[in-house]
Amino acid sequence: MRRKIRILVAKPGLDGHDRGAKVIARAFRDAGMEVIYTGLHQSPEQIINAAIQEDVDVIGLSILSGAHIGLSRKVVEGLRKKGVTDKVVIVGGTIDERDVQRLKAIGVAEVFGPGSPIDSLVNYVQGLFVNDRGPTV
Amino acid sequence: MDQIRKIREEVERWEKGYEVDSLPSAESEMGEPLKVLYTPADVAEADYLDRIGFPGIYPFTRGIYPGMYRKNLWQMRLYAGFGTAEDTNQRWKFLLASGNNGVGCAFDLPTQMGLDSDDPLAEDEVGRVGVAIDTLKDMEMMYDGLPLDRIASSFNINAPGAIILAMYVAIGQKQGVPPSKLSGTLANDLLCEYVSRGMWVFPPKPSLKIAADIVEYCTREMPRFYPFNIRGIVMREAGATMAQEVGYSFCNATEYVREVLERGIGVDEFAPRISFFFCSGLHFLEEAAKYRAARRLWARIMKEKFGAQKPASMLLRATGMIGGSYYRPREPETNLIRGAYGLLGNVLGGLQGMLHPAMDEPFAIPTEKTARLALRTQQICAYETGITETVDPLGGSYYIEALTNRIEEKIEEVMRQIEEMGGAVRAIEMGFMQKNISNEAYQTAQEELQGKRVVVGMNKFVIEEKKGEMTLHEFTPEVYEKQIERLEQVRAERRSSEVQSALDAVRSAAEKGENLMPHLIEVVKTYASVGEIMKSLKEVYGEFREPITI
Repeated sequence: MRRKIRILVAKPGLDGHDRGAKVIARAFRDAGMEVIYTGLHQSPEQIINAAIQEDVDVIGLSILSGAHIGLSRKVVEGLRKKGVTDKVVIVGGTIDERDVQRLKAIGVAEVFGPGSPIDSLVNYVQGLFVNDRGPTV
Repeated sequence: MDQIRKIREEVERWEKGYEVDSLPSAESEMGEPLKVLYTPADVAEADYLDRIGFPGIYPFTRGIYPGMYRKNLWQMRLYAGFGTAEDTNQRWKFLLASGNNGVGCAFDLPTQMGLDSDDPLAEDEVGRVGVAIDTLKDMEMMYDGLPLDRIASSFNINAPGAIILAMYVAIGQKQGVPPSKLSGTLANDLLCEYVSRGMWVFPPKPSLKIAADIVEYCTREMPRFYPFNIRGIVMREAGATMAQEVGYSFCNATEYVREVLERGIGVDEFAPRISFFFCSGLHFLEEAAKYRAARRLWARIMKEKFGAQKPASMLLRATGMIGGSYYRPREPETNLIRGAYGLLGNVLGGLQGMLHPAMDEPFAIPTEKTARLALRTQQICAYETGITETVDPLGGSYYIEALTNRIEEKIEEVMRQIEEMGGAVRAIEMGFMQKNISNEAYQTAQEELQGKRVVVGMNKFVIEEKKGEMTLHEFTPEVYEKQIERLEQVRAERRSSEVQSALDAVRSAAEKGENLMPHLIEVVKTYASVGEIMKSLKEVYGEFREPITI
């Protein structure tokens, strides 16, 4: 049997609003995933290192400060620089339509804006692993 | 009593006769069972003079001032700040011209975390959720053309709060306004940051020390200034119930009061300057009852636990705001309506100040149009509805009085738990409040998902809408460059030996346990930056390590 999906829920930057991150971390856990939550004020580097160390499949960034473009880019590019290609990056937070496209262009797999129902995130992550070979994106 | 028994019998008969007892059950927002109907039987024990009484008289259930809004309307403030000091100065002038009473300053995250704009951690956050303040220069520009003896300022900042206050004093002095004439409010509620919102820097113990320094200084030098604004709102927005919001706030406040008392300052010297900031949701009747319960309980705590003698020490002065978490991204105009209901809870609850979020505020910096609409919401309520004419219009309602009693009990229950653990600091270090609040947030999210908690347009009556309906304020990336440039210029122009010796004086005061305020006022005048000052203090106090709970 394939191991459980491992997901890192991370709070990059200085934003301290962790209500959403904690709720979603718990929803992932209740859906049977292994969840690692970083806590607040993490630099992109810390997040990348944690993701590698914990051998996660998915990195979920939660950003409500408007700094999502810069911070997501640093995480995605940092992973690339380290030759890490087996991890999917998703982003959630106060992100409007304009920026969804910008984030996807950077290499973020999916974006969950305000008001996204929690099951839409859980379904999305589970959907990445429908075949047993790991991430399909 | 005979009559009450008779009413009870009649209620039972009515419930059976009209099949009221088979109606679906209902819960309050706090999760308490609600009856279909409340009668005198539900409030039979209440002694009117003892428990409800008169506005302006202990226990202040009906209001903290006798005439309430007929005498003085609530303060209307908008929370504003973004970009550079000039951007914020312009927005403030626009809002003051629209009829705002004062300015509520929003700081960007680097400033709130005590980092300079050129700190590597700050790069993506400069001037985004608020204004960037690096040195006194920024504060001077932000207050350009705004005389400090004529406007009140509210500062939503905690960890570097003492530094911002020192800057306020310093620009006052430059304008020729002495500290004794400055009015306004500083959040200065560090404990709420550990519970939620996360803008902490130092560990709780030194944070309490700095908070007390501020209060000690203000008690002596700034009698018109409120050095505490205890923030239940921060915890409520993170998911807390009403009872947790008020209960945890009171536990945090209790820690501050104890800390200040230990300095030998009498409770009646500083308690009249304590203020609170709470959050309202849409259940406006319940919110109004919450404020009534909170007033009664706070008065009792100050009187019985801390031996306050002056009535002014027992008053729960509070600002309220509908929580941004109640605003929804779909059909954003519906937030205007949500906002108006939230406001109604604050007004019926008899609060002293209101901040009102613009309909797009949880998602972006409001535009001028939405910011003005938020102010208009308050003005219409105040001037067109007649709600201000009679004090505590809900008082005496069987339902409201019963709710008030029940909420008071629940708040006391929450407080007892924390006290049994050894107080707020202990509970925070153990992650206890944090855990309870995220449990509530998770439950709320589940209830919304299951449709048990209805949100119109989100999980009921949903319509397909075109994306991107809101015209959001667009962030200008030049802000970062402009801010860095200014910081570099200030650093080049100031006298570095003066800066260094003032920073050394701050560090040495921290080491010796002296009151930091006089030293901070000196150091900001040398144009030392927020980040430099915080760094000196971190060397003495260390930094907080977050207990991670999900």
